[in-house]
Amino acid sequence: MSNMSGQIRKPSAARNTLGRLAACAVLSMPLMGSVAVAQETSPTEPQSAGGPPEVRRLTESQYRATVADIFGPDMPIVGRFEHGLRAEGLLAVGTSQAGISTFSFEQYDASARGIAAEVVSEKRRDQLVPCKPHAENSFDAACAKQFVEHYGPILFRRPLTGEEIKRYVRTAQAAQQRLGNFYQGLQFALAGMLVSPDFLVRIEQVVPDPKHKGQFRLDPYAKATRLSYFLTNSTPDAELLRAAGAGELDTDAGLAHQADRLIASPHFERAVRAFFEDMLEFDTFNELAKDPVIYPAFNSTVALDAQEQTLRTIVADLVTQPGDYRDLFTTRDTYLTRALGAVYRLPVATRNGWEKSQYPANSGREGILTNISFLAFYSHPGRSSSTLRGKAIRQVFLCQQIPDPPNNVDFSVVQDSSNTKMPTARIRLEAHRTSPACAGCHRLMDPLGLTMENFDGVGTFRAQENGAPIDASGTLDGHEFQGGDGLGQAIHDSPQTPRCLVDKMYRSASGRKATPDERAYVDYLNQTFKADGYRVPDLMRAIAVSRSFYAISMPSVSANTLQHAAVHTSNGDRS
Amino acid sequence: MKKLNRRSVLKGVLGGAGIGVALPFLDMFLNNNGRALAATGQRIPVRFGTWVWGCGFVPERWVPSSTGADYALPPDLEVLAPHKKDIAIFSGYDVKLDGVANKPHITGCLGLRTGIPVPNESVRAPTIDVIIGDAISPGTRFSSIEVSTSGIDRSYSFRAAGSANPSEVSPIKLYQRIFGEGFQDPNAATFTPDPHTMVRQSVLSAVAEDRQRLMRTVGAEDRRRLEEYFTSIRHLEDQLALQLQPPARVENFTKPDAPPTTTMDSEIGNVMVTHKLMAGLLAKALQCNQTKVVNVLLWDTTSNVRRAGSSTTHHTLTHEEPVNPALGYQENVGWFAGQSMVAYKDFLDALAAIPEGDGTLLDNCLIFAHSDCSIAKAHAVEGIPMIVAGRAGGRVRTGFHLAGRADPATRVGLTLQQAMGLQVAKWGVQSMETNRTITELLV
Repeated sequence: MSNMSGQIRKPSAARNTLGRLAACAVLSMPLMGSVAVAQETSPTEPQSAGGPPEVRRLTESQYRATVADIFGPDMPIVGRFEHGLRAEGLLAVGTSQAGISTFSFEQYDASARGIAAEVVSEKRRDQLVPCKPHAENSFDAACAKQFVEHYGPILFRRPLTGEEIKRYVRTAQAAQQRLGNFYQGLQFALAGMLVSPDFLVRIEQVVPDPKHKGQFRLDPYAKATRLSYFLTNSTPDAELLRAAGAGELDTDAGLAHQADRLIASPHFERAVRAFFEDMLEFDTFNELAKDPVIYPAFNSTVALDAQEQTLRTIVADLVTQPGDYRDLFTTRDTYLTRALGAVYRLPVATRNGWEKSQYPANSGREGILTNISFLAFYSHPGRSSSTLRGKAIRQVFLCQQIPDPPNNVDFSVVQDSSNTKMPTARIRLEAHRTSPACAGCHRLMDPLGLTMENFDGVGTFRAQENGAPIDASGTLDGHEFQGGDGLGQAIHDSPQTPRCLVDKMYRSASGRKATPDERAYVDYLNQTFKADGYRVPDLMRAIAVSRSFYAISMPSVSANTLQHAAVHTSNGDRS
Repeated sequence: MKKLNRRSVLKGVLGGAGIGVALPFLDMFLNNNGRALAATGQRIPVRFGTWVWGCGFVPERWVPSSTGADYALPPDLEVLAPHKKDIAIFSGYDVKLDGVANKPHITGCLGLRTGIPVPNESVRAPTIDVIIGDAISPGTRFSSIEVSTSGIDRSYSFRAAGSANPSEVSPIKLYQRIFGEGFQDPNAATFTPDPHTMVRQSVLSAVAEDRQRLMRTVGAEDRRRLEEYFTSIRHLEDQLALQLQPPARVENFTKPDAPPTTTMDSEIGNVMVTHKLMAGLLAKALQCNQTKVVNVLLWDTTSNVRRAGSSTTHHTLTHEEPVNPALGYQENVGWFAGQSMVAYKDFLDALAAIPEGDGTLLDNCLIFAHSDCSIAKAHAVEGIPMIVAGRAGGRVRTGFHLAGRADPATRVGLTLQQAMGLQVAKWGVQSMETNRTITELLV
């Protein structure tokens, strides 16, 4: 979230009182508690105040997709990426808050120099340099200008000012003069653009709104950028930049046309994958370690394939079909590799690669919550964890926050030291749930998590733990069920499930949590999602074509400064 | 602290054909209080480090029974006997919460490092390593280097909320970052500045020209974030400026070999190996002035470390292991706590193994080791264990145990800043605010 406004950015009163469950006594859905009964007619979008302009760092996946789209999918990226900042459950929100550390900048610089050297390499220059210089050992100003004018707009997601073009041409010239070679001049001009804040950070500009005096709206290129990163996880393509320049995004029809075009493009799938990778917190999956003595079948191939398995299921269910979001929690359709088969104990005929498959009926396995990517991820290195699993279900899929454990608990009380023979997790956790200090929250986590106890710390089925039979019964908001499949059905049926997705999708799109002023808009999105049969592409389209998604509310404090800037912008002078 | 005037230095370099320009370069960056090397007359810089281990200690195995210089080392500190004169033990210093919710394993750690307890990871002030680094690091190739040795990328070095300085977790990547591209062997026979480096500098200068324009168009919080970006550009420009200068010779330095491939995970045997390798690399980096600030996270404050074949991690043990009635504490938790001090000895050994001036590198360092809590199972932030090691180039006195008697832990942090030459009279907020220097520590 950009931070033009103390009032908007600071946690609202609603967030403080509702967002955090101080005592775990009440569950609430911030901003979503008042969803109206679905209307017969299709819902209409209410007016919405919007938020401040965004200043968002590209995520790792956005950086990679952007580089691939501009320079080709085989363009190597040599730098490393630091962990993204997770805020409000999403890296996408963290991009509105994270800075760029010295380490990060070093790494961006290494990537930039690597890419730039590739672009002008003899292997690629015919394809990627739009002109040929008169001679390689002298400076060709016209060709340098053409090069800067070619890459500048697609890297900065807007036309460059005359001053900016001159600056990067000068950079090319200075480098050529020092190093002797014209292509090396281009190389360093490009490297400079690739570490510019205009590339690494989406810094939105606003212009005075001609329809509402004293108010501002996004400049068309900022609008194109919001749309493009939301629907393709990447930079605006040439057609979208053209439409922005022609003012087409300021009409409902023009905006809808572009949104539909992007949703129909192959890159839309990439955006859906990126959203779910973020929501499922796969960014830390590669740090997952399992004890090899206890779980010999688990290795780094399993860890990679487990993520891919779930993402493939999501894409097939939500984009290819496109089906009902809630079915993700009940589908037996899945994809397997040999490595995964070893953990699932399922035969996989295909030796290398992926096989479309199904979990056997009545195996207790249904839906993505019974995938390794969930079961192993929310476990300890050497055993399962009902608490971690229960907490993840609440936080990731139901948008309910579980507070940290109280700091003053003496855990030796909940663990009866005279009776260390507690064979099953249920018995061990019973202690937590009977201690008043712990019970409030563990009552929310454990009854859900314990229903998955038939799956061990990597996700393999087991009927017993330490020789004692496992009781996998549980409840969700009063509904009783059994086992992982029962849990999947309960999540499928919970009204919180689709609302949570709407909430997270809007957070991801806007880089911030919805404000109390946007309550009606979020309600509208919930109604739309339900009316459209919980189809995710339709939800994303509803956001992408809504006016609220682009609405700007400027804090009065800095309006003067921005007006000043906006005047310059509209005159074509950004610097 | 003198600030390097990069552009004036550069003018000299570029104007003088780039080779053999003799500028009193290093001196510009040396802290004025550093000791002189007998051989070269250069002053030795004082370096600062933090070393964090998670999940606290077992008091009866760690807190010496008497204070002063003649204390007996308790069982978990026995391993540090060879360094007894190099270390000062601080027990009984508290993080004062003033009503702030105690987020287990976070509030204590960050309260101690920033002087302000916070209920989450949103620090309200820079951590002490950043404060000290800002004073001593300008002109150094890396403003600081962070490592985490238990296989996870975690860091408690913050400039501001949301901007942790990320840790290296792989010894090989750490090696490449320090001794790979951009490293100049200080003892190489010849020096030729790379023209590409000059070009890279002019590129960064061009990019930085956007600063004013961008700052005008964003709000206050985003301005802070963009300021961090431009600070990072400046750091890289400074690194490049250094590369255009012949590095000052470093006595007794040879470039280390690349470390072997290791398993980077949370199994404690692997952690100890990874930590030892990284400690050696950091010591070398400090020796040849690649950085003046290092931050080591042995294992996280919610320690994920485990013994091979065990279904329980260190942190889980702190919650679930019954107290052994015969011992009076959690036996396995105690074992891990003991191992943290074994690792700390490895770290001090690595610094002490490098001769420098008339002593060792450790003598010219100030290393602040601490945990996140005292007794982990209660998440207590009272009496968080702390150890100060090294002589800071003669400015610090060690070799004693001091009992804090519930004084704020910020007293130690304040004194460390003063020892590093910072003009600071008080540190911390509310009950953590203190102006009381620990005079025992200062020479």
